[in-house]
Amino acid sequence: MVDSVLTSQAKAEKPARFKAEARSLSFFYGEVQALKNIDLVFEENKITAIIGPSGCGKSTLLRCFNRIHDLYPGIKYEGELRLNPSGLNIIDPKTSPLEMRMRVGMVFQKPTTFPKSIFENVAFGLRLRGENGKELGERVEQALVDSFLWDEVKDRLDRSAYDLSGGQQQRLCIARTLATSPEIMLFDEPTSALDPNATSKIEDLLVSLKESITIIIVTHNMQQAARISDNTAFMYLGELIEFDRTANIFQMPSEKLTEDYITGHFG
Amino acid sequence: MDMTDFGPIIKKRKRQDALFNIVGIACTLVGIVALGALLADMLADGLSRLDPQFFLSFPSRFAARAGILSSWVGSLMIIAVTAAMAVPLGVAAGVYLEEYASKNWVNTIIETNIANLAGVPSIIYGLMALGLLVYGLGLGQSVLTGGVTLAFLILPIVIVATREALRTIPQGIREAAYAVGSTKWQVTRYHLLPYSTGGILTGVIIALSRALGETAPLITIGALTFIAFLPPSPVSTEFPFLSFEWIWSPFSVLPIQMFNWVSRPDQDFIVNAAGAGLALITMTLSLNAVAIVIRYRMRRSIKW
Repeated sequence: MVDSVLTSQAKAEKPARFKAEARSLSFFYGEVQALKNIDLVFEENKITAIIGPSGCGKSTLLRCFNRIHDLYPGIKYEGELRLNPSGLNIIDPKTSPLEMRMRVGMVFQKPTTFPKSIFENVAFGLRLRGENGKELGERVEQALVDSFLWDEVKDRLDRSAYDLSGGQQQRLCIARTLATSPEIMLFDEPTSALDPNATSKIEDLLVSLKESITIIIVTHNMQQAARISDNTAFMYLGELIEFDRTANIFQMPSEKLTEDYITGHFG
Repeated sequence: MDMTDFGPIIKKRKRQDALFNIVGIACTLVGIVALGALLADMLADGLSRLDPQFFLSFPSRFAARAGILSSWVGSLMIIAVTAAMAVPLGVAAGVYLEEYASKNWVNTIIETNIANLAGVPSIIYGLMALGLLVYGLGLGQSVLTGGVTLAFLILPIVIVATREALRTIPQGIREAAYAVGSTKWQVTRYHLLPYSTGGILTGVIIALSRALGETAPLITIGALTFIAFLPPSPVSTEFPFLSFEWIWSPFSVLPIQMFNWVSRPDQDFIVNAAGAGLALITMTLSLNAVAIVIRYRMRRSIKW
């Protein structure tokens, strides 16, 4: 069932390893069902893009992975969201949301810069994990290097992070997440508040990150999905309409709805 | 097709604008002028009384020898006790209600009533303190009783100020802190409290300056109107160099001293009252100035 979601063309390549798998995943805000029986796989060390019009449930799906929904009352999960290789069901009530947030990182739409120094912004996740001293400094530096920010900030680590530009702040937030070595990184429209130049830097960064991390990105920007993702899922009204290699989705979608969306007929 | 003539319409609307401008200035001036007149009157009466001797003398039967030493020291000590109690209790309760409490009907009732408590007349707190603290717990008519009474009085203000300050922190900051694996306490400790300190302190200081002027509840619990000695010093020469004997001491405060002097027929005591009033208003205005500085500095370091 799950495997059939990827087309035969995909299967002809070397067998894909799935970092995460959603099986009949449903999600409710109170009485409102925001996700309807989603079956979807997320390939390891690949970028999976989730696209669809506003309100289609793409952010809701993303926010299941780190159980950030659990911060709010009246929510309910159904089905399974497996994290491999152990097969841990992320949405099982017995699974600790705290553990999921330690293992799955998230970058938000607007930069979530803390009113602290550049260094402390990156160090925060590490400090929570009990890191300090010399190793903390090294890991902060590594995270800043990996997020293409080190050269721009190395001389002013103790300055306020608000001194950075929007694009730099977003890379700083990526560095903060990266520093904690997550298995999956979630990006919720990470460039929608940025100019094209800053956007392109983040996109380059994402492509370089997939070497070591599985990436899931929600985006409104279809060119962005086409440019950087390996697989694309198209959602509409809480349902998964189509999932395929990104090239297939954009060049020969099999669903009429997908085609209408990517050609700009609605959404 | 007719061209509409906008001239008269615009003219009429401009007149409305000008009219409200004048009304607005007048309304604003009423408050400022009244306050200014009060201050000027008090300055005219009391400024001549403000010399070191006035601050360093105990009250006396003779107006010229009387001073406010025991009452300004009393005011400071009461405020110290009030702050020490109201700040931790109020901030903790505010954080609980805003961040921890689940939204159910019990909490809704509690929240509504905290807002109501802020409107309870202060003398009611005095009666409660008289029954509960003075007689019930046997704390006596002490600095401790006075401070605790005023702490109860300003607790709702501190709670509300804390909640308001927490509400200005964008939800995205909380989510980002949780997203790297924080517990609720870690989010509170490392983010919410530091980022809301400015707002909380501003509220606390406004509340304290209100407490500083309170008279009714302290008279109710039996604060003295004439006191010719100071409470024991909080610092001692022996280890551990701190003494808390003073919290058990009887006390008076500036507004009570003023009230006492104003109610005397002798004109010289009225002058004394004006002098004490100047001292009191200087204390509250400097507290408010501190609040303004704090708010300004926090605004510069945090932008959302």
